[in-house]
Amino acid sequence: MTKQEALFEYLLRRADDTLILGHRLSEWCGHGPILEEDIALTNLALDLVGQATELYQYAAKVEDKGRDEDDLAFLRLEREYKNVLLVEQTNGDFGKTIVRQFLFDHFQILLYERLMESKDEQIAAIAAKSIKEVKYHLKHSSEWVIRLGDGTEESHNRVQESVTDLSRFIDELFYQDEVDELLIKEGVACDTSEFRSTYDANIKAVLDEATLSLPKEKWQLDGGRKGIHSEHLGYLLAELQYVQRTHPGMEW
Amino acid sequence: MTKDITAEQIWDFLEDVKDPEVPVLTVVDLGVVREVNKQKNGRWQILITPTYSGCPAMQVIEEDIKERLQKEELEVDVKLVLSPAWTTDWLSEEGKRKLEEYGIAPPQDEVDKSVLFGDKTIVPCPLCKSKNTKMVSQFGSTACKAHYKCNDCLEPFDYFKCLK
Repeated sequence: MTKQEALFEYLLRRADDTLILGHRLSEWCGHGPILEEDIALTNLALDLVGQATELYQYAAKVEDKGRDEDDLAFLRLEREYKNVLLVEQTNGDFGKTIVRQFLFDHFQILLYERLMESKDEQIAAIAAKSIKEVKYHLKHSSEWVIRLGDGTEESHNRVQESVTDLSRFIDELFYQDEVDELLIKEGVACDTSEFRSTYDANIKAVLDEATLSLPKEKWQLDGGRKGIHSEHLGYLLAELQYVQRTHPGMEW
Repeated sequence: MTKDITAEQIWDFLEDVKDPEVPVLTVVDLGVVREVNKQKNGRWQILITPTYSGCPAMQVIEEDIKERLQKEELEVDVKLVLSPAWTTDWLSEEGKRKLEEYGIAPPQDEVDKSVLFGDKTIVPCPLCKSKNTKMVSQFGSTACKAHYKCNDCLEPFDYFKCLK
């Protein structure tokens, strides 16, 4: 694997995480439990899709095969998407969407904190730009986790169920392979194992406050980084890609 | 034809280009225009930076800048740069004043967002100036605004939130 191939793959993984999560959040548009949250979730979606655009633009440039950000976002097959399984999980109720966001935000902020120091100037610039937005996302999701967890019996039980359900996807956030190894050596990527304990402590602090807990058993799933997804991604892509597949090259 | 024109004049022309979402601010007030340079080929280059990654106004701003300068018979290149990342500190004092007049509370100095739950920022109501206001939602009508309500005059208002 050359450095160029590794960098392309690394960027796709980052971009796909943000695009797929952004798309999931956009599904809430017009369906939020209250108007303010409808607006909040779509604001988050906009930030994440914006970050995806920057990452895909750079990935396309690195790949240098004439594809652009739209080709990468809309015209790949399911197995070519490299996002983690967490972000493609269905929205469920509002609490499940919040827990999914909470687990991702806490990871993303620690990741961007380190990527701001990347030797790759473009990655550092995207991370420095995005982290300011992620701070708002993190505050929003963490506050809701506490409000729902430490809320009524009904909200507590439902959000605890989501924590238990989605905790299966935490380890995969920290997944690393030869792509990361090569880029860590170059000072381009960061070693996610270095901030795993910080992540665990940060989410535990909020979960404790929310009277919620992670399950004891540690059964974890992965595969997303190699393109092996849960059954949910195909349906999501069918909707995401529909217009470009039906009317190729359409713009509006 | 490149007319004999200075960077200062171009900055002046750009004062006519408004933010499409907050039309009371110019792109200069907002700090979105970062640099005006003359390139080696003699063409002027305008560097702009987005407020938020997903800000849908950037394309419109780019087109509006080109259109404004075309009126001066200037063909310019507009380039989007991400670094250094935009901050509300770049909003001019004039811009903050205009925002408040328009009914949008300008950004206040806030504690670091990464400190959860420590946020006690007071955002005065842009209409009655009361400090007795309440945040309704951290996310408002555009990516750069939060939604507030005044407890005294009861008016809902937008707050141009701090981004650092």
